[in-house]
Amino acid sequence: MGISYFDDTPHVDQVGVEERIARFSTRSIKKTSKMQALKLALNMIDLTTLEGKDTPGKVNQMCYKAMHVCNQLPELPTVAAVCVYPNHVKTARKALNGTEIKVAAVATAFPSGNSTSSIKLEDTQFAVSEGAHEIDMVISRGEFLRGNYNFVFDEIAAIKDACGKARLKVILETGELSTLDNVRKASDLAIQAGADFIKTSTGKIQPAATMPVTLVMLQAIKDHYKKTGKMVGMKPAGGISTAKVAINYLVMLHETLGDSWMTNEWFRFGASSLANDLLMQIGKEQHGIYQSKDYFSND
Amino acid sequence: MNQKENRISKTEKKLENVSKTVFKDWKYAPSPESTEHVKIAPRYDLFINGKFVKPESKKYFDTVSPSTEKKLSEIAEAGEKDVDKAVSAAKNAYDKTWRKIPAKERAKYIYRIARMIQERAREFAVIETMDGGKPIRESRDIDVPLAANHFFYYAGWADKLDYAFPKTNPRPLGVAGQIIPWNFPLLMAAWKIAPALATGNTVVLKPAESTPLTALKLAELIQDSGLPEGVVNIVTGFGKTGAAIVNHPNVNKVAFTGSTDVGKIIQKAVAGTSKKITLELGGKAANIVFDDAPIDQAVEGIVNGIFFNQGHVCCAGSRLFVQENIAANLIEKLKERMESLIVGDPLDKNTDIGAINSKEQLLKIQEYISIGINEGAEIHQSSCALPNKGFFCKPTLFLNTSQSHRIVTEEIFGPVLAVQTFRTIEEVIEKANNIPYGLSAGVWTDKGSKIFHLTSKMRAGVVWANTYNKFDPASPFGGYKESGFGREGGLHGLSAYLTI
Repeated sequence: MGISYFDDTPHVDQVGVEERIARFSTRSIKKTSKMQALKLALNMIDLTTLEGKDTPGKVNQMCYKAMHVCNQLPELPTVAAVCVYPNHVKTARKALNGTEIKVAAVATAFPSGNSTSSIKLEDTQFAVSEGAHEIDMVISRGEFLRGNYNFVFDEIAAIKDACGKARLKVILETGELSTLDNVRKASDLAIQAGADFIKTSTGKIQPAATMPVTLVMLQAIKDHYKKTGKMVGMKPAGGISTAKVAINYLVMLHETLGDSWMTNEWFRFGASSLANDLLMQIGKEQHGIYQSKDYFSND
Repeated sequence: MNQKENRISKTEKKLENVSKTVFKDWKYAPSPESTEHVKIAPRYDLFINGKFVKPESKKYFDTVSPSTEKKLSEIAEAGEKDVDKAVSAAKNAYDKTWRKIPAKERAKYIYRIARMIQERAREFAVIETMDGGKPIRESRDIDVPLAANHFFYYAGWADKLDYAFPKTNPRPLGVAGQIIPWNFPLLMAAWKIAPALATGNTVVLKPAESTPLTALKLAELIQDSGLPEGVVNIVTGFGKTGAAIVNHPNVNKVAFTGSTDVGKIIQKAVAGTSKKITLELGGKAANIVFDDAPIDQAVEGIVNGIFFNQGHVCCAGSRLFVQENIAANLIEKLKERMESLIVGDPLDKNTDIGAINSKEQLLKIQEYISIGINEGAEIHQSSCALPNKGFFCKPTLFLNTSQSHRIVTEEIFGPVLAVQTFRTIEEVIEKANNIPYGLSAGVWTDKGSKIFHLTSKMRAGVVWANTYNKFDPASPFGGYKESGFGREGGLHGLSAYLTI
């Protein structure tokens, strides 16, 4: 072993975390502050398609949606990024050419991470060579749970190297880590190994992102920032499908990390259906009435 | 290690071309709870024998809102004659009706009161906040629901007293004289009235002079509930009124929650009489954080322990003990958390810390803050702005304190936390117990055995582990030493109102 990664890792008390979470949902967000929050959340979305049946056609349609989330509503921001498998990176880059929207690729034998390190590296290198701005990797949960922290650390570090200029998001797959103590440990490990972002979930495992898990990860980011002055981003992914929940996350972000993180450079929502609910709420704020779901594209 | 540091440096690389939408200064929307649905009469009389009657004293005093300094209503001041009327009504109701009706009928009335509190929860919450200054979030989510829960809980016991105290033939005492404080006006009324009624006693209750409105609203509710006349009487006034209740010969039981000084006077007054007495008095609780604590949750617990209800809580965690090796980190986290607390209009749903209950109390807190400064403790206050009107106090820490500081040993009853460090468990147990009070304590550690070791040595009525300020009707509450005696809540709370 030799290295201890967890010298500064505090224990986490689930009951206390849940109590804190309850307070975030009682803040009053309406009118101006709601509109701000809705647009910000929209701007923080990584629009995602991660299916076996993905095709260039599907990816192109999603990229168009990323650029024009809703042409009927004025002054909308774009989403932050699209998130695809490595073999669709090129298609996405081409479709998004000339925009500021990033292309993120899941890599490292997503979603299970059960493969050899060389295949994971190759997967990453391929995605980067195809032009991915961001790499969403998964950690080896099996190795983590059996206490092989060196392995997990080295793997993240190696992938980070392979990323070059691309930003690395490290997926902890918290739904498989079982305890908040483990979530905190995995967060600290990933951050020390060089993660630019830490991310809750693949979206393939339930539960995916939850507020307690996200709070623990935000606190890990905060402690790291206090100690080193370096910011790390956060991406809850999966399970956030309504504007109301997204706003609760923003309140949590606001009260935990503060305004510097309130940008898509440092916070993302990994979600696909969230966008339409945000659009519906924005429409409601502008017109005073809800529009039918049929007015919003499902791309 | 090299590899580790190497990775960290790589995250510093300049990130290019990420679209930015920074939201500087995102503000929550002001959300004041409406007061339009609330009816506060311009003047309230005394609630005696089921009716509101004018005081014989002919005197009235004002109750003001501590957040606006505006007068809310005029309240009757009960003199000795009025108290005598109330006690006579209670005695009469006890002899003629309440002790005679079947216990399950008593339970029905208490259940009804509980349900009616739930039905009027919003009105009670708003009035509690207007009259007492506590944030609506607390009155809405804690005070009022807990008050209803106390009635529900004790209603359930009313016809099961023989099972609660088997082979003892439990019987009621008679007339209970109850005096309650201003920090949880409705909740304290519920804590007192519910077990008294469940056990078959009748009640003369005096709410605090600065916060009488919700008790009077409760009187209206009790009137509507059809509870037999005279079973609950509510008389308002100052200390003199309370003294008249305590000294009345037909009062069989005195229950007091309030300051230790007044508690001592009451205990002297009942000495040599057959009156049963319970006192729930002041406190200066130790909140102890060990180095293996869940630190971020401990910070929440510290905040909840001292800033809940502006620190107007007898069991507030007002002495913080931090193990020395984590003190710097924890204090920094605490200071930062204090910055996110919203202090202001208590009716706003976003408000975390409301108004200090009265001008008098604010002056007392301010005096203690200057005492702390003069004693050489290091003061830290949140940078929040306070409203121009009303009685407000910034959340305050005193660092580098010791057991020899007055701010450490005396009850301030405000949002002021005295912080000390410790090295070993023996040391902290000694320091935590080194105080005349013994109401409550908190301990934060991930180690179960340490919790049990410490709780068995604490001279405190309630010890919370990895949480703070949790209340439940089923859980007994009360103090050691100068924090009083007798227990309220749970089974223990019943026995205080029975001859067993």
